[in-house]
Amino acid sequence: MMANMISALNNALDLCLAENEDIVIMGEDVAKDGGVFRVTDGLLDKYGPTRVMNTPLAENSIIGTAIGMALGGLHPFPEIQFGGFSYQAFSQIMHHAARFRTRTRSKMPIPMVIRFPASGGVGGPEIHSESPEAIFSHIGSLVVIESSTPYDAKGLLIAASHLHDPVIFIEPTKLYRMFKQEIPEDRYEVPIGKANVVNHGDDMTIITYGTMSPVVQNAVKDKNVSADVIDLRTINPLDEKTILDSVKRTGKALIVHEDQKSFSVGAEVSALIAEKAMFDLKAPILRVAGFHTPIPMAGYENYWIPNEKRVSQAIDSLLSA
Amino acid sequence: MEKTVFNGSVKYIQVMDENGNIDKNLYPKDLADKDLIELYKYMSLGREMSDKLVALQRAGLMPTIVPIYGEEATQAGSAYALTKDDWLLPTFRQHLSLIIKGVSIYSIFLYFKGYEEGFNLGAVNNSGPEIAPVGAGIPHAAGVAFSLKYKKKPNVALTYVGDGGTSEGDFYEGMNFAGVNKVPLVTIIEDNEWAISVPRAQQTAAETLAQKAFAVGADAIQVDGNDVLAVYKATKDAIDSIKKGGRPYIIEALTYRMGMHTTADDPTKYRPESEVDPWKPKDPLIRMKKYLVSKKLWNDDMEAKMKEDHNKLLDDAMEKIKEFKPDPKSIFETAFGFMPDSLKEEEDEAVKNNFWQ
Ligand SMILES: Cc1ncc(C[n+]2csc(CCOP(=O)(O)OP(=O)(O)O)c2C)c(N)n1
Ligand SMILES: [Mg+2]
Repeated sequence: MMANMISALNNALDLCLAENEDIVIMGEDVAKDGGVFRVTDGLLDKYGPTRVMNTPLAENSIIGTAIGMALGGLHPFPEIQFGGFSYQAFSQIMHHAARFRTRTRSKMPIPMVIRFPASGGVGGPEIHSESPEAIFSHIGSLVVIESSTPYDAKGLLIAASHLHDPVIFIEPTKLYRMFKQEIPEDRYEVPIGKANVVNHGDDMTIITYGTMSPVVQNAVKDKNVSADVIDLRTINPLDEKTILDSVKRTGKALIVHEDQKSFSVGAEVSALIAEKAMFDLKAPILRVAGFHTPIPMAGYENYWIPNEKRVSQAIDSLLSA
Repeated sequence: MEKTVFNGSVKYIQVMDENGNIDKNLYPKDLADKDLIELYKYMSLGREMSDKLVALQRAGLMPTIVPIYGEEATQAGSAYALTKDDWLLPTFRQHLSLIIKGVSIYSIFLYFKGYEEGFNLGAVNNSGPEIAPVGAGIPHAAGVAFSLKYKKKPNVALTYVGDGGTSEGDFYEGMNFAGVNKVPLVTIIEDNEWAISVPRAQQTAAETLAQKAFAVGADAIQVDGNDVLAVYKATKDAIDSIKKGGRPYIIEALTYRMGMHTTADDPTKYRPESEVDPWKPKDPLIRMKKYLVSKKLWNDDMEAKMKEDHNKLLDDAMEKIKEFKPDPKSIFETAFGFMPDSLKEEEDEAVKNNFWQ
């Protein structure tokens, strides 16, 4: 089937609900409205209001009650309407979802998939463009996934539904309807913890994910540069092997993401390369990322979010290094 | 032994019915004829501004807009009861309240356009910027009210929350702080029956939202939120009660979101148009106009003149927006009250490499 990311996710959720009766979708506007982006469209009609459930407008209790449901034997799929409002649920995610397994020495795992759209580039209102992946990866004991294609989104969501751990499943708003792709109609999985090498080359390794994945791929194409482009797909746990194998071969690394550069996924990947591939490097590691400020509102976001020009400049400077 | 330890009840008031008839016992006597005219003009301006913003969004000239269609009386009646030194802390929907507090149409257009400078201009007359995260403003307002009490100012803080917003922890927690500290806070619940696609019945099993005041030791009243005189009276009475040493107040204003949640929303997906119809005759502007006309305070010429004036105000604001030049350096320069070296370096690099061209 031809699918954009919304329909791929919708199809994946449908297959998950059909496969496992314990899966319950819950969140603000997920029922009749089908979610504000229509990711859960039609699922209420098919599975009924106890499996596709509107909740009161309260993120901390959405996650808190989902944790309780998981303890009680369900496999909740809570949706947070926008990534920025995951912070309302921060304590439940950080102190409870992430800790239950280890503090009960695995007697009480929390199988749960927390989905939300994130990142900017669509001119959304204030606090609708945050990129929280580094924050949730930092905590530990949370699987953090961010897909950049319809194919990956479906396969990763189905894979996430089979884990017995809390998963933060991030959907870049900008990519929801950006393009369509042929994907299998049936169930398939994309492995969690495995990055995807979406372009193969010799002169440098570019590591990216989410909204910046298509930007990087365009830059590489437009400049006709021979580069490995690694789309991380899973942020935590990081696919160290794919990153290091490539960097050791090319000797140059550029990391590109939309989220702030400082204290970020890029900071982690740079540290990994510095720790484990330092002597294979022919040039310093470069990073292109958001500035170290909160992402501004719609009128300013294009000044803040990295664009192809910035990526191209970085590629040039690595080529000449 | 058994005894009742708590009894609570919530009053409902309406001053002006759908036909513009007045309940003389409840009429707020401090309102002169010119106030009535001003309230009507404000409500009209609120609606016209909302319509204009939506039209600009549809024409591709504005990002997502939050309309206020149908909720003008709740905003106008409450904001009009404030003095210059009282505080007004909105959610994301009270553009009209802000206008009445003295914020310019230009600032409101500017932040809808996506520029923080719109909020910066909003920092006049003790008004806070609009806030996107639902419910998050209630604790702020409780804190502002605390500071007023601390500094022995004779003023109140007034804030808003939607029916949906009352489900957030922030609502309970902020109101609870207000109750415990008995701070001068008035919270208007702008109960428009919907939180995007979620009806009020899915937010709470309580009969009213006003009764949530009991849980925190605040006072409460429910009003016809489409009756600007009732909203004004309830707000004025609440402020007077607080000034006499009374508890914080919750005013639940029953209104209705006549249109879409935002321009990104399609209400036909979850709400039949037939559900909106009964609210049309309850329109806050129609009844106020009927009343003014019956008192010979208003006529068609005045209406035409008002529309013309408002159109000009709105067009001027839009023209001025076109002249606004965003300064990307402001992103860095407003990050802190000082400039860290690392941030300066990012800014310099952006300039040197022409990131913004
Ligand atoms: C914390 C938070 N969660 C979710 C949202 C997305 N959202 C914006 S408005 C809204 C509904 C608000 O309903 P209500 O409080 O009744 O106010 P209304 O929109 O009706 O004025 C939602 C869910 C948000 N802005 N903030
Ligand atoms: Mg509402």
